[in-house]
Amino acid sequence: MPEKTADKVETTVATDPAPGAAATEAAPASAKARSLWSDAWNDLRRNPLFLVSAVLILLLLVLAAAPGLFTSASPRDADLAKHFLQPPNWGNFFAADWLGYDGQGRSIYARVVYGARASIMVGIGVTLLVAVLGTAVGMIAGYFGGWLDSVLSRVTDVFMGIPYLLGALVVLTTFEERSVWVVMLAMAFLGWTQIARVARGSVITIKQADYVVAAKALGASTTRILMKHILPNALAPIIVVSTIALGGYIAAEATLSFLGVGLAEPTVSWGVDVSTGRQQLRNAPYVLIIPSVMVSVTVLSFLMFGDAVRNALDPKLR
Amino acid sequence: MGRYVARRLLQMIPVFIGSTLLIFLMMYALPGDPVRALMGEQAFDPSVVENIRRDLGLDLPIWQQYANYLGGLVQGDFGTEIASQRPIADIIAEAFPVTIRLTLFAFTFTVLVGIGLGVIAGLRPDSVRDRGLLTLTLVLISMPSFVLGYLMQYFFAFQLQLTTPTVQDSESIGDLFLPAIVLGSLSLAYVARLTRTSMAENLRADYMRTAVAKGLPRGRIVGVHLMRNSLIPVVTFLGTDIGNLMTGAIVTESIFNVQGVGDAIFEALTRREGATVVGIASLIVIVYLLTSLLVDLLYAVLDPRIRYA
Repeated sequence: MPEKTADKVETTVATDPAPGAAATEAAPASAKARSLWSDAWNDLRRNPLFLVSAVLILLLLVLAAAPGLFTSASPRDADLAKHFLQPPNWGNFFAADWLGYDGQGRSIYARVVYGARASIMVGIGVTLLVAVLGTAVGMIAGYFGGWLDSVLSRVTDVFMGIPYLLGALVVLTTFEERSVWVVMLAMAFLGWTQIARVARGSVITIKQADYVVAAKALGASTTRILMKHILPNALAPIIVVSTIALGGYIAAEATLSFLGVGLAEPTVSWGVDVSTGRQQLRNAPYVLIIPSVMVSVTVLSFLMFGDAVRNALDPKLR
Repeated sequence: MGRYVARRLLQMIPVFIGSTLLIFLMMYALPGDPVRALMGEQAFDPSVVENIRRDLGLDLPIWQQYANYLGGLVQGDFGTEIASQRPIADIIAEAFPVTIRLTLFAFTFTVLVGIGLGVIAGLRPDSVRDRGLLTLTLVLISMPSFVLGYLMQYFFAFQLQLTTPTVQDSESIGDLFLPAIVLGSLSLAYVARLTRTSMAENLRADYMRTAVAKGLPRGRIVGVHLMRNSLIPVVTFLGTDIGNLMTGAIVTESIFNVQGVGDAIFEALTRREGATVVGIASLIVIVYLLTSLLVDLLYAVLDPRIRYA
């Protein structure tokens, strides 16, 4: 029985047995051990979904880092006399009037270009904060169990009991000045619970697995068990939730800004623009639709990216 | 089982107190003073303000205010709004049924369509319909609900003129149809994806191979072996999602002008009526806690490996 257990540990750790077996049969020469990550990279390079989303994200990152490269118009220049609600001039690529002017005579193209920074920063920042905090809490609670689990789970429950949007609404109204950092911290403060629960759940399942029991019997330290045996095996659902959530956070930031409690003027943000555009929905739908499309495309690229990475990293899904 | 439920119900008390306290503290930290706001622009005698504060118990330390509030809440007293002198229970009784109807509508839509689509796709991973569903749900997830809401409003109300742009009668089911679809669409996409992923993963499980090898009929394999194991994460998600749907209604209600909880919270937040916000939040927290208990009980039904001690 012990030998059998050890055998199982071998196969589980060395990735999926089926592709491994196939590889040795087909090409013994290329049988040098590939790590999970290089394997994933091989997979990703051939995935069109990944390539498209990676290019889009790269573009968005450049847009966020150096908006001046894309337009010479200023997002805050308003000329009511000449440009009030001027519809898009589709042929005039990348010019100030390309996407028309909003109700205050500001170039929508310039606003859309400059609005990228806020969304990207909030999305990535919140995801990182939430992933680290949530995984730490979830792993500690799930692995050690007992009173530590009870306390951490109750704290998680308290935070989870406050619905996200309601909590964010209340937290953010307490701030008079809402910068990108304030919005980011407020969102992370309320958002870590889901990852914590997911991590806790999978850690509880994994810690009963034979390879963890075996590692313990072999005298591995708690840190080693947590980092080498539990974390890698618990990571898949955490990555899935995090990557899907990244897009969600960008959407949430836009929603909060749209509701008037997120970012606010003079910060240039897509959510703020959607919010101003809704007054003219009937006459000038493009004022609302263009920043909405930007939000959606951004969220979509991050979602596709996350999806591709998930498929590549999770050998179970192959 | 009975003991487990009793213990869980008892455990809810500190969580409930914790959540409401957190919201209470946040409301306390809000800038602006409802009593000052009562005075408006005109000149006033500071002693009048002090008197009102004392009458309302706002001069007490925060913990005492919270204890008083909680004491009232336990007896079903939500307090009174400072400016309008309306009992908060009235406001809640008016707003909640509308939002609950909207939420249930959206939830039903989510469960039926979401799980249905997820099963259709999950049974054949990487097939055309699977890829189609993944694309469709990606598009849905990437559209924040206000975008979807305004697009639908623009399209159905302004372009096709099928409905009015805003909801005229918050009581009518027909009027709530569009808002409910907008509200449920995000959860629907998540549920469909979660079901699909979970099923695709479990298709390769050993017990599935065993079930197929035993020659069980396909309906039993899918319905009992696969579904039961695959639905565990979906059930968790759905349980925690009810609270999110109820607050997601804030956005939907503001787009379609539904007179529900979102409307009430917004009004209370702008007028700094802390007690109203905390009251509504407390109810949403209770809904959330009860659904999560239900989820945990369902776990044991779905997965007998999980036992309650």
